[in-house]
Amino acid sequence: MKKKYKIEVDCAACANKMEDAAKKTAGVKDAVVSFMAQKMEIEFEEGAEISTVMKNVSKACKKAEPDCEIFQ
Amino acid sequence: MTGKQKKVLIRICVSAILTVSFCVISISSPYLRFGLFLIPYLIIGYDILRKAALGIFHGEIFDENFLMALATVGAFVLGEYVEGTAVMLFYQVGELFQSYAVGKSRRNITELMDIRPDYANVEREGKVIQTDPDEVPAGTLILVKPGEKVPIDGVVTDGSSSLNTSALTGESLPREVKEGDDVISGCVNMSGVLRIKTTKEFGESTVSKILDLVENSSMKKSRSENFITRFARYYTPFVCFGALALAVLPPLAHIVMGNPANWSVWVTRALTTLVISCPCALVISIPLSFFGGIGGASAKGILVKGSNYLEALSQAKYVVCDKTGTLTKGVFEATHMQPSNGFSAAELLEAAAYAESYSGHPISKSIKSAYLSSDAFSKAGEMDLSVVSDVEEVGGCGVIASVNGKKVAAGNAKLMQKLNVPFEKPKKTGTQVHVTIDGKYAGYILISDVVKPNAKEAVRDLKDAGVRQVIMLTGDSKEVADAVAAELGVDVVKSELLPADKVTEVEKLLETKGPKEKLVFVGDGINDAPVLSRADLGIAMGALGSDAAIEAADIVLMDDDPAKIAAAMKISGKTLRIVHQNIVFALVIKFACLGFGAIGYVSMWWAIFADVGVMILAVLNATRTLKN
Repeated sequence: MKKKYKIEVDCAACANKMEDAAKKTAGVKDAVVSFMAQKMEIEFEEGAEISTVMKNVSKACKKAEPDCEIFQ
Repeated sequence: MTGKQKKVLIRICVSAILTVSFCVISISSPYLRFGLFLIPYLIIGYDILRKAALGIFHGEIFDENFLMALATVGAFVLGEYVEGTAVMLFYQVGELFQSYAVGKSRRNITELMDIRPDYANVEREGKVIQTDPDEVPAGTLILVKPGEKVPIDGVVTDGSSSLNTSALTGESLPREVKEGDDVISGCVNMSGVLRIKTTKEFGESTVSKILDLVENSSMKKSRSENFITRFARYYTPFVCFGALALAVLPPLAHIVMGNPANWSVWVTRALTTLVISCPCALVISIPLSFFGGIGGASAKGILVKGSNYLEALSQAKYVVCDKTGTLTKGVFEATHMQPSNGFSAAELLEAAAYAESYSGHPISKSIKSAYLSSDAFSKAGEMDLSVVSDVEEVGGCGVIASVNGKKVAAGNAKLMQKLNVPFEKPKKTGTQVHVTIDGKYAGYILISDVVKPNAKEAVRDLKDAGVRQVIMLTGDSKEVADAVAAELGVDVVKSELLPADKVTEVEKLLETKGPKEKLVFVGDGINDAPVLSRADLGIAMGALGSDAAIEAADIVLMDDDPAKIAAAMKISGKTLRIVHQNIVFALVIKFACLGFGAIGYVSMWWAIFADVGVMILAVLNATRTLKN
């Protein structure tokens, strides 16, 4: 199950940090962040509760990069 | 500029003015000096300091915020207030510039791909209402006026017009549409009002698919991008520990050897290396280069589905092409007429066209269309089929009919042998149609698949772009294939292949090629999906309106112009050149400055150039990919 989210992030290095943080979140199989497209694609693990996982992804990203926003 | 950017700009101005004025007035008290310089420093750097502090708490220590915070705080501790503030100031100028440049490139690319319709004119109870295309269900009647974009794929129910497809294909030739024709979203209506019944929803329409494809292309990251991400991950901690060693070890060595420690000198040098080492120039300019390259390509009707494909294309050494539909038009045409025994070419063609007039075979059709566009037909004005009688189809051989009372036979060599008529053997290749009139041999017509007008140039351009071998695969007969290959200058031909054989041929080539050489397969995307996915890189052409082709290929050419393959390779080559320039340029300047910084030849000001200056130059260089 893959889903795309619009994001707002200011620098390319910050986008990489978000990608790393999202990848490490439980329930996320893989994550790709495109700084240029300002988009984040999350591949969820089988049977993961998407809204909970996304809450955690959001939290993890904020922790890695305080100046970021994920629009859900 | 966005609101965020404006705020940063104001902070930069205020902080710069304060810093300069504090430099001009001489302040004797060291405490007052510290207090005063702290104001512009905090104005410009509070967010960086905050992020650095948060980073430490969250265990994300080594990032550029940390580097900048450490360097500037260090400078303040050493009493270098001006330098400390200036470093932060220039860092913010660099960040602002970067965010502005990236935003501008993003907008440029969106403008290049200016195919997103803003509204659809929906007819409801006789009134025309402008509606968001997203809210129009399939099967709705919409109105497209001249100058407007077709918002959703559909069928014309009323009206006729010409459509400009250049935003989709890069091709300026307009496309004529009338009642009953399919239209594709993203085209611009040029002349008449069209009433269209939508066949898809907006999300399923061509425009959405193309926009999606281009936007998502930056999700598939190239090797260069992954390299930089990994590089930055090891590089920053390495530099931090290096700087720490530089600050501590030499003074300790001096103490051991009994010399003065010179702490402040070594700490300054360590801070300088920290400023230099920021990897921003690479981290931002490389994705930007790829984004620009992909954007520039899409403006030409070349859709690249990922940065990785754009990168791979520059290493293409083997280009395998399908013949029919790729290098040739895939339409049969009468290419040569050879009358004999005193008959004229017009008589030959006319006799054949009438004899074949009742047949639906592609070859018969091509003879008919050749006749319909000939001078003889325009003189006669119409084709009177009542003169044709006693039509007899000879299976696998041809046709015999009575035309104007004369017995005409038209068919292949077998038919001639059957009729016992001596015939000429054609020197050129193609499908032969021999004709007899009243038992007398009248000559032959050659029918062949026509080579695309620019196919020869396309093959040559590919060679110029660094392709080692151009290989043509076809199911056609050896004679025809060899003739086409010789005409186009193709290196290797494999003919009389079944669809499955094409996969085997490609696999054979994949085994023999070198590890860094890429194999590209070019097809029309309709029945060669297995080969497209088997090759390192699949290119589908003539994809406008064909979802299957867009799905199967890695690179999609919207029209069927083979010259676009070489054009795509050029864009890819240029993008990769810029990426490599940036990597080399940034690393050389940084390592040179790091080296000189460690031995004390680089001041804090040079360090700022090595960081912000290199980043700005790299970003400017990257934006060149947009211009093709």
